[in-house]
Amino acid sequence: MAVLLALLTGLCFTVICVIVRLLIVIRSGSKCKPGEKGPVCVLVVAGSGGHTTEILRLMESLSQSYSPRHYIIADTDKMSEDKIRTFEKSKKDTGSKGQFTIQRIPRSREVRQSWSSSVISTLNALLYAVPLVFRLRPDVVLCNGPGTCVPLCAAGLLLGLLGLKRVLLVYVESICRVESLSLSGKILYHISDYFFVQWSTLKDKYPKSIYLGRIV
Amino acid sequence: MKRVFVTVGTTSFDDLIERVTSPEAVQELKARGYQHLVLQVGQGSILPDSDSCQELTLEAFRFKDSIAENIKCADLVISHAGAGSCLETLGADKPLLVVVNDKLMDNHQLELARQLHQDSHLLYCTPSTLTETLKTMDLAVLSPFLPGHPKHFANFLDRALGVQ
Repeated sequence: MAVLLALLTGLCFTVICVIVRLLIVIRSGSKCKPGEKGPVCVLVVAGSGGHTTEILRLMESLSQSYSPRHYIIADTDKMSEDKIRTFEKSKKDTGSKGQFTIQRIPRSREVRQSWSSSVISTLNALLYAVPLVFRLRPDVVLCNGPGTCVPLCAAGLLLGLLGLKRVLLVYVESICRVESLSLSGKILYHISDYFFVQWSTLKDKYPKSIYLGRIV
Repeated sequence: MKRVFVTVGTTSFDDLIERVTSPEAVQELKARGYQHLVLQVGQGSILPDSDSCQELTLEAFRFKDSIAENIKCADLVISHAGAGSCLETLGADKPLLVVVNDKLMDNHQLELARQLHQDSHLLYCTPSTLTETLKTMDLAVLSPFLPGHPKHFANFLDRALGVQ
């Protein structure tokens, strides 16, 4: 009985420690300024179709200080790779250093996939996301809503939790979202460091979000 | 030659295709001076024949890698409420009439079309009001949809991350 009680107390203690650590990590975002030390390594989560178009418009506006750029695309996505290569080529033509890679991971959620099977495929995607993020060690994860971004952000958070590296999570909700957040948005609202929305209705509903008007 | 381009995106929207090729709708299009009708019908069950319409030159296809060229050539785009089609059309600065599929409930894509309609960037109707809308619509009330400002995002991020 005493052993069981000790085990239970130990477990509770660990859980509390993890939660406290999580809160500390999440709140430390504003103090983290990777740009002061030099180039900022970005992990860019491109989704399919519209998501990729939007995120590339954001990437276009970022200066050369954001390098290298690692683009993550879902393994079932055929179109995004061409779009990214075309975009990076145009960036190179304007004189910026073309340091980028394209990485593929399993898609965590197909359009219209059910909630319960999404959970399983997201866990599966997490198995790929963790080693990838641990290897690339980005300063920032930038994403705008495809399901794939949840496991990648979780992996980034884990790096911070373990004290290996504070990875900043930057989320930009798609322009398509006027009155309600996407599923990814609802999850990442709580753990991201900078959460952008593009319509004032959403800013009113989610006060922690950042509203700078339309940015794509 | 004035052209109309109708697009339903990756899904099917037979109601729209049926209505827009109906004799009444075709009559209204003709009355407005449109002579050419191009339909992108997606997975729909109706793929109208080019000789099925005597009044207008008609062209129909299911999918294309890019409909950018069709949008560019059009004088009016009639589209489903899909965000991609709406943004692409407005980005090309073309008058847009969105036809909402009222059989699809709780479609979040409607949010954007509704908002863009409120901001006078597009016209908005359902399949059953299409003919009436074609008759009464005034494209002059539409205001251009200006591109957003990614630079604002970049400046914010530079400051937040301490990028010099």
